[in-house]
Amino acid sequence: MSFLQHDVPLSWYLLLSAVLFSLGVIGFLIKRNLITVFMSIELMLNAVNLSFVAFAYQWHEVRGQIFVFFVMMVAAAEAAVGLAIIIAVFRARATLAVDRIDLMKL
Amino acid sequence: MHLILFFLFAGFCLAGAINLLLQTHPINSALSLIVVMTSLAVLYLLLGAEFLAIAQIIVYAGAVMVLFTFVVMLLNAGREERTLGSRAASRVGFPAVVALFAVLSTILLRAQGLGSAHLGQGLTNAPGQSNLVLLSQVLFHELLLPFEVTSVLILIAILGAVALAHAEGSKTGGSERMAEK
Repeated sequence: MSFLQHDVPLSWYLLLSAVLFSLGVIGFLIKRNLITVFMSIELMLNAVNLSFVAFAYQWHEVRGQIFVFFVMMVAAAEAAVGLAIIIAVFRARATLAVDRIDLMKL
Repeated sequence: MHLILFFLFAGFCLAGAINLLLQTHPINSALSLIVVMTSLAVLYLLLGAEFLAIAQIIVYAGAVMVLFTFVVMLLNAGREERTLGSRAASRVGFPAVVALFAVLSTILLRAQGLGSAHLGQGLTNAPGQSNLVLLSQVLFHELLLPFEVTSVLILIAILGAVALAHAEGSKTGGSERMAEK
């Protein structure tokens, strides 16, 4: 069957990455919960990682994959610090709604 | 086969991302984000990045999402209240997202010279070589210093997370150290 042997154009992977990134931006804009806003940021990071992997495949360049590895490590560090900040904000404000956390001053 | 796997897991990915936006409870959003990340791991596998696929499952779908669900449960986060959001978000934000997506997809679909992905083909086809060998050669020889710096960064992040999340109510070391700063 020729359908089974069909290759996938790399632009489809990149398009998927663009769609995921846009969904992440939309989530960042419409979500009203601090934790979910943070999850949207993680979604955008993942979308960019997918395009890195696709380009690494295109040019047979292993440094693209290594960059994704570093992005993952930095994202893990970012998640740890960000969630600690969210806990600290919740202690000070007793709310997670971004509409009520609109002042830098506590 | 590749086509079927791509459509299946790209579909999972998109469904998870859209579900993340539609759910109102943070724990449901977290679970849909796990679906997105696991399907992305399969897509990495299709693109010949085995190491990254495993790292994606362990680091993202494992560690990071456990952290997220743990914080959701710890803070007892309930349903979010739907508000209208900021006016700037609806007036500038959404047209900006649409414009961004239009520009990105135009560039991607018009790009010349993008090949296609063939199942089972990695970054190298040389005998005795594999993606993992190639990756570790570069990562642990040329990029050893950035790799070690990343470990220091994670150590600092752990210390910072402990210092930030330390209870201010309890009058033990952490809060006093925070107060001194």
